[in-house]
This record gives sequence, C-alpha cells and structure tokens, in this order.
Amino acid sequence: MDSIGVLMACPMNSYLEQQLDKRFKLFRFWTVPDKSSFLNSNKDSIQAVAGNATAGADAELIEALPKLEIVANFSVGLDKIDLAKCKEKGIRVTNTPDVLTEDVADLAIGLMLAVLRKLCESDRYVRSGKWKKGDYMLTTKFTGKKVGIIGLGRIGMAIAKRAEAFSCPISYYSRNEKPEINYKYYPSVVELAAYCDILVVACPLTKETHHIVNRDVINALGPKGVLINIGRGPHVEEPELVSALFEHRLGGAGLDVFENEPYVPEELFGLDNVVLLPHVGSGTVETREAMADLVIGNLEAHFQKKPLLTPVV
Amino acid sequence: MESQLPQERSKLRTKDLPQVLVMKPPPLLTLFEDKFISTKFQLLKAWESTLPLDQFLTTYAGSVRAVLCSGASPVTPHIIRLLPSVQFVVTASAGINHIDLNECRRLGIAVANAAAVFSDDAADAAVGLLIDVLRKISVADRFVRRGLWPAMGDYPFGSKVIISLFVCFTQESWDCRTWKHRSAVAKRLEAFGCTVLYNSRKPKPWVPYPFYSNVHELACGSDVLVVCCGLTAETRHMINREVMVALGKQGIIVNVARGAIIDEKEMVVCLVHGEIGGAALDVFENEPDVPKQLLQLDNVVLTPHRAVFTPEGFMAACDLVVANLEAFFEDKPLLSPLIDE
Repeated sequence: MDSIGVLMACPMNSYLEQQLDKRFKLFRFWTVPDKSSFLNSNKDSIQAVAGNATAGADAELIEALPKLEIVANFSVGLDKIDLAKCKEKGIRVTNTPDVLTEDVADLAIGLMLAVLRKLCESDRYVRSGKWKKGDYMLTTKFTGKKVGIIGLGRIGMAIAKRAEAFSCPISYYSRNEKPEINYKYYPSVVELAAYCDILVVACPLTKETHHIVNRDVINALGPKGVLINIGRGPHVEEPELVSALFEHRLGGAGLDVFENEPYVPEELFGLDNVVLLPHVGSGTVETREAMADLVIGNLEAHFQKKPLLTPVV
Repeated sequence: MESQLPQERSKLRTKDLPQVLVMKPPPLLTLFEDKFISTKFQLLKAWESTLPLDQFLTTYAGSVRAVLCSGASPVTPHIIRLLPSVQFVVTASAGINHIDLNECRRLGIAVANAAAVFSDDAADAAVGLLIDVLRKISVADRFVRRGLWPAMGDYPFGSKVIISLFVCFTQESWDCRTWKHRSAVAKRLEAFGCTVLYNSRKPKPWVPYPFYSNVHELACGSDVLVVCCGLTAETRHMINREVMVALGKQGIIVNVARGAIIDEKEMVVCLVHGEIGGAALDVFENEPDVPKQLLQLDNVVLTPHRAVFTPEGFMAACDLVVANLEAFFEDKPLLSPLIDE
C-alpha cells in the first residue's frame, strides 16, 4: 500500500506518523510552504486524509482532492470535517470512539476535583514556600455536588458513572430526552445550568451547539457554579466566560479546550479558580496509541476492501 | 500572676456546666467557635492563660472529665497524669496518632474522633491527587500559564488512570463501621474501572476485595498505593524502600493519611532515581517542611495538608464533636467512639 497517498493534515502523533510513513506514501501538509500549489501537483496521488481536532477536511480541501476516498480522523469529534460534502461525494469517514471515552471522562472528573479543591493552586503554594508562612485556605467539598452534563453520549455517560461514585446527583441536557436513563432531564441548557453546581460540556461540536454555553447559561450557573469543558473550545463563548470569571458571576472553570488553541486568554493565567490544560483529554500514551491503531486499521481496511472498523459516513 | 479568664467564659459560666479542657484550639474551633457554645458544657481554654500548661492543668483542670484535643495538643501519658478526673477524650480530626490510646485503654478513658465526617473529603482529595499525578494536571496547568503551549506544541502525555491499585488500610483495629470510611476511596476508584486490593493485619470478612497479609507482596501486584490508614507504632515507615521498589518504576504513591507512614527520605531517593513513577502527597513527616528535591519534580503533586479542609466537612465535624461531648455529659452513648476489635 505504499503507493497510496495519505495526507496528514497537521502534526498529531509521532507514533501515527511513523506508522503512516511505513505503510503508505505520507504527505505532511504542515511542512508544505505553498499549500495550493502542493495540492495541485499531488491531487491525483492523495486518496486519504488523516485529520484531528485541529485540522481535518473542509469543503475546500475535499474539492481539491478528486481522488479522495476516505478521511480517517484521529479524534472522536468530527467538527473539522465537512460531513455533508463527504456524503455527497461518497467519501468514507472514520473516527476514534470508545478507546478514548475513559480518558476523557477521567480528565473531566480530575478537572472538577482540581477546580473545587484547588489542587493546582495548592501545589503552587507548597512549591513557592508559602506553606512555611501559613496554612492554605479551606476549599469546596466535591462529594454531593449536582453535576449537569450537556450531551449524554459515551463520554457523558462515563462522566456520570464516575460522578455518581462521589454521590453527585446527575442531570443532563440533550437534543432528546432519554427515558431509559434515570438522570434528571432538562429541556434547555439554561435550565440545566440554573439547577446544577457543576456544568460539563460533553457533546459534539456542530452548528447547533456552537456557543451553546453563552452569557445566559453562564449567569444561570452563577457565582458558585463551575464550568468544565472537555468538548471543544467553540462550545463556549470565550470572552463571556473570561468576563464572568473576572466579575465573579461564575465561580470557577476547568478547561481542556479553547476557541483558538494553542492560544489561551492570558487574563485567565492569574486566576486561582481556573485550571487550564492544553487539550489533553485523550492524552495518555496508551490511548493515543489505540487511537493511532484505529486510524491505521480503518485506512488498511478501506484499501483492502474490508469493512471499516469505526465508520461514521 | 493568675491569668485572666476569658469574659465569655464568665458570662456563660454557671456552677453546673461541666468543663471541656482545650489545651490549644484545633483549626475547627478557631474557624467555627460559635458552634461550640453549648448548654451542656463549657470550654476551659488553657491557651488563653499565661501559666505554663502543666501548672494550668494542676490549678484548674483537676475535676475536668473531658478533653477536646488536636494534633497541636496531644494527649500523652504525662498530660493524662495531670488530669485525674478525665474520662473522655475527643479529637476534632480523623487522625488519632496524637492520643496515647494504650494509656486511655488502660485507664478506661473513652476516645472519639471525627473520621466519619471527613471520609468523603479525604477520598475526594485522594482521587483528585491520583488523577492529577497520572494525567499531569498540575504540570500541564503550569505549562499553559507560562505561555509554553504556543511555543512548544503539545504537552507530553500522562498515563491512563490505573488498572489495579492497592489500598492500604490500617493495621490497627477497626470494625465494620469504620470500614465504610476507609472504603470511600475504593468506591470512587471502582467507578474508574480500578481493581482494589487491600492489606490489613487480619482479613475482614465484610470487605469485598482480595486480601494481602503482606504490604510488600501487595505492592508487587499493584500500580498505585493509596495510604489511608492511621499512624501507629506498627505503621510508622511501613512504606519503606522495599515496598516502594516492589511498587516499581511506573508505580504511584498517594498519601492523604500521615507523612510518617512513608519513609520520606527513601521516597525522595526513589523518586529522584526513577525507582517509583510518581507521588501525590498531602502530608509529610515534618510539616510544613517539604523535602527540597520534591519541589523540583514534575512527577509529584504536593498539597499542604488540606485533604479534609472544606467548610462543609469542618462544620459537620464541629457538629459531631459537640454531639459527642453532649452525649458524654448526658451519659448517653457516644456517636463516634473508637472501638477495639
């Protein structure tokens, strides 16, 4: 298969890169100085694209690659892929569900505990030598806090299962109520935010969910409320979030994603009620390897005319 | 010169209200003093006197039947000897290593602690610390705040939350009630898919996890060691070099119990030389001093003994301590006595 051209949209994982290089003809899109002329010269060789949360296959790229047959995503989120265009052109799309569910859910709980119990701040307090001068403050109890989840898919359910072990009552918002599930349903995100103490974003990013956490939702969550975002940066109206934190209209935030990664609003750097992570939701050695294996597995299955492992389109 | 007794004491004092000796105020009392105003007892505040403690006790505490103690004001055999009428010692903490239990047992002095109300917060802190050290949350947060994400690209990964872990229980006596408290950590970690194993002096039939009689053996089969037992003569430095080496290069230690359960000097050596994978520590042998070498490491998370320090936990502890004291003075059963097996 080393004549099959695979375009890797951006650097995403060195193990994946190595494997793609070994098995296919790998084009590293980010190393190309003139992208449109590159595409023009190589359009007949590229039959696959490997994308992720940063870069995928938008309409423009799809149009530029007439031989494109499959987009294999190194992510479960599909917001960087023009799915409608892929459907229209009969291009297959795969992602990496399930293998990363636990890691993302673990991180969501880790963020909740880190924000409420001020773990990162406490660690800074010890390392700076301040403990010798005085005790650190009291922090907020986590057990029993009401957790509201936006999107009750695989990741949302995994977060709920973990939070329940801390006696947290679970409530959710989703496009449709799920009567088979025993958690309290709210028909709008604002109502969910008004009810819960900790609001977690765990839904896919689509046109409908863009800025689903806006000023109204943030105000409803309130000065004791905490927002956790392990979805996508554009789920949250970031400037509104920043001003709410500064004006104490929101109690705290644990953020793994931002609207303009890798740029994080610098105003947040001085706050002790936020935890800021560089998009590491699925970032464990074990999981990234499993994700890479899925990308390779899907590509090989496609070109060997076997059933795809994790097709979306 | 005799010290001036506090005004409020003389306001509240009636000849009938029995006294509870407090040598130094526990953090609970400093923060929530109002909660300790009771119609069943009054506080005898030794720290407000200019007299040295021994003299104060000899002069004023001769008929005191109850003591509210804390880590800063231990109840030693010497102190007990100065309190000829003492029948009850209550501590506002979960830990009891500052009370001489043998001496209390010998003299029939009842002891109660506040472990019951702190177990959720301690378990939350233990789990939070574990996820932090495995997923490098504090390190990654530092990385972002230093503006390194745009410059350096993605942060190097952490490791998946553990598959099997070793929960270290007390080797001292505890019964099936206190098991509920110890199990708060296990219950939470099971929801993450962890396998729980435990060690204790004897197997407990009501504990659903595989039992290991030997700390070293257990460490061999585990990825994480969570220390949540009491500090006693037997558990002091129980986590020694041998145990840590058995835990291994990927192994993690989480300690929300007492610093002295771990041989701290050896732990530092193991961490610096990569003989264990990492550690998340809320307690240390010599607080607030933390070994300098730890401050430079990215595979440790360090918090300043705050695992149980939440307003909710503290207020519940106040209520529990007061309820125990009131029960004692009314000759009713204590709410959270320590019971021997």
